[in-house]
Amino acid sequence: MYGKGILKGLSVTWKRFWDTYIEDISWLLRGKKRYNTAEGIAHRSSSKTRGIFTIQYPEERLLLPEEARYIPFLVYDELPDGTKEQRCTSCGICAKVCPPQCIWIVRSNDPNTGRPIPEPTEFYIDADICMNCGLCAEYCPFDAIIMDHDFEIASYSRNVYNMEKLLKPASYYKSIRPENYARNEAERKAKEAAKAAKAAGAAASQATPAS
Amino acid sequence: MMTTPVSPTGTVQSQTVDLAARFPGIVSADARPSYKGWIVPKENLIEFATVIRDELGYDLLSTLTGVDYFPENKMEVVYHAYKTTGGPGLEFKVQVAREDPVEVPSLIGIWPGVDFQEREAWDLLGIRFTGHPDLRRILMWEGYEGHPLRKDWKEPFYEEDFKPFKSRWPDGQFHMSEEKNAYKDNLTYPENFDPEKWIPEGDALLYGSLARYSLKNEEGLNTDHIVINMGPQHPSTHGVFRAALTLDGETIVGLKPVIGYLHRNHEKIGERNTYLQNMPFTDRLDYFNSMANNFGYALAVEKLMNIQVAERAEYIRVIMAELTRVQNHLVFIGNLLNDLGAMYTPALYAFEERELILDIFEAVSGARMMCNYFRFGGVVRDIPDDVMQKIKDLVLERLPAKTDEMDRFLTENEVLVSRLQGVHVIDGETAVKYSVTGPVLRAAGVPYDIRRADPYSIYDRFEFDVAMRTHGDLYDNYLIRLDEIWQSLRILQQAIKQIPQGPINSQKPQYQVRVPAGEAYGRIESPKGELGFYVISNGKPNPWRYHVRAPSFVNITPLEQICLGTKIADFVALFGVLDVVMGELDR
Repeated sequence: MYGKGILKGLSVTWKRFWDTYIEDISWLLRGKKRYNTAEGIAHRSSSKTRGIFTIQYPEERLLLPEEARYIPFLVYDELPDGTKEQRCTSCGICAKVCPPQCIWIVRSNDPNTGRPIPEPTEFYIDADICMNCGLCAEYCPFDAIIMDHDFEIASYSRNVYNMEKLLKPASYYKSIRPENYARNEAERKAKEAAKAAKAAGAAASQATPAS
Repeated sequence: MMTTPVSPTGTVQSQTVDLAARFPGIVSADARPSYKGWIVPKENLIEFATVIRDELGYDLLSTLTGVDYFPENKMEVVYHAYKTTGGPGLEFKVQVAREDPVEVPSLIGIWPGVDFQEREAWDLLGIRFTGHPDLRRILMWEGYEGHPLRKDWKEPFYEEDFKPFKSRWPDGQFHMSEEKNAYKDNLTYPENFDPEKWIPEGDALLYGSLARYSLKNEEGLNTDHIVINMGPQHPSTHGVFRAALTLDGETIVGLKPVIGYLHRNHEKIGERNTYLQNMPFTDRLDYFNSMANNFGYALAVEKLMNIQVAERAEYIRVIMAELTRVQNHLVFIGNLLNDLGAMYTPALYAFEERELILDIFEAVSGARMMCNYFRFGGVVRDIPDDVMQKIKDLVLERLPAKTDEMDRFLTENEVLVSRLQGVHVIDGETAVKYSVTGPVLRAAGVPYDIRRADPYSIYDRFEFDVAMRTHGDLYDNYLIRLDEIWQSLRILQQAIKQIPQGPINSQKPQYQVRVPAGEAYGRIESPKGELGFYVISNGKPNPWRYHVRAPSFVNITPLEQICLGTKIADFVALFGVLDVVMGELDR
């Protein structure tokens, strides 16, 4: 019969149309909200979803996975006495690995000793050039530069981020990437413990011949 | 669906032909360390090419590119030929002195598919192919000064030959590149050139190349052919693509594609980058399939480095490459319907599944489209357990159901069938001649799939069929995409079952890899065709030559042959089934 294929196709559209209402009603009967709730958004972006699929941005937002990456930021640790300790040692690996070369670091020397200060004097990221590849964060040996989750950075002017704009506390890092943060902390603790053990061992071996 | 029989590595003919014995005193093997292939004098090139095509059966010339050996003052043209029956390829080279005019005979009479690739080599490297009928620039515009891929050419805002740039650290005082005035810094014009008085002359050449079709007087009646420029801002071309069409009434009698609107000289950027830095740039080629681009590039560099890929990473790579193929083909079907006028319902259905696949990419790599997920020797990070579960849900339940739904939705639709069936795209013989690869070639009855013909990575471990259709019309081109989705799902199902535990990278993470000198050509079956990366290393941190054999670019070579004699209304669909992406076409 001519037109059978069209009817078959239309039945697909028809089913999709009704699926939305069936889903809505079943959520309603279970007393749950399908829209504007984290549960509803998670369900609508899972492989179980049926019917309407759209996330109504900006009222609703997709849940970002932990690894989502956008323009990087610099991490500082808050010490118990309230001072900020930058993790960056201005080793320059991020500037060297950056594919579009958008990271500019000024490293300076201590005027008294003449040795380099292990902290950047200035740090710029040209966010207009940054391609969000994440290589800087991947190869940073100190977990000092981390990819952000904040993607709403449209502005009327050029975005050249300086230190003031880039520095964010470690607690923020923990809030957006809990698993990575936990893994890094464990690694750091293990490294410190190994260092301490080594120092203790060295002290012990030094102490032994003296005694 | 027609399939080719599964042959356990039986298709690979590994006999090496001693071409030096066949051409004594003329052809010699490339003796440079880590180089392969044969060196042919340019006087004998055509004879040599005829022999390897007709006697040895290398019917598909996949790649042609030039290399500028600036320090040695010579230029080289590199060819890679393959057999559509499978097996390893044959590489041959022509070396000429680097003194203008650099001339090499054109192979267009033997493999017409070299047409655009020769024009590209002329455009970017300044190698003249004698005997080429239409040797105009292709990516840059006519009137452009210089050949950008030559090693002594410097771009505006040129900073240094190689990254990382020294200005960035340790005393990087930030400055914006426009502070360096383009008219004062390293921007060169031809002699006696005044930019104020410049009139573009490229169009005259373009229309000149179309002139052979125009103005016929039949039976005393004045018939006029019309030239129509379709694009560059035409919604059907999925980007900035322009086709200059000559029409006789509604029938296309001549066509020249005009490309390069999105050209950024990816290859020059790649030669400035270090090997690792180039990985995110490959994402931007075919931006629908960044995973596939990463794959091809990683393969080429791994060949050069001569390293093994971690076992688990191999499976992760295959999973990602096949997922990207599924979403590419779904979007292709949706967009094809868009082109035909079925605005948006099929496209949005396809985009739903694509969204779910992109969610997986985002969870593993951090970005939906610009994945930058592959590293030399493995991948960036492991697939978390919850994401693996998502992949299983998709591959085992949702995607088969949705592909089936797409099939029910469209395949038998009478309007669609009557619009697609019998509109001839290309036949197998012409497609091979014009170096067309990918689904378009397979829909024309040539079961050539690199995953089977010359297996890379671990594709030889999976059981799958090479999808093939025989008519080569629009309808077969649509159906083959569905077939390939099914085959990809088959591979995925095996891969997620077999994936072992273990490390995800065989190498230590390092931001500057050491790549020994040599050359390598890595190619994969990307969703659009053969995607090849030709990389030459001279042992430095940056590649000496980096060439992308983009399937989109080569597949539009026969666009004129495809469209001649058809109605202009079909052009949109005929162009659509070639499935080109401008990021890759223009590079």
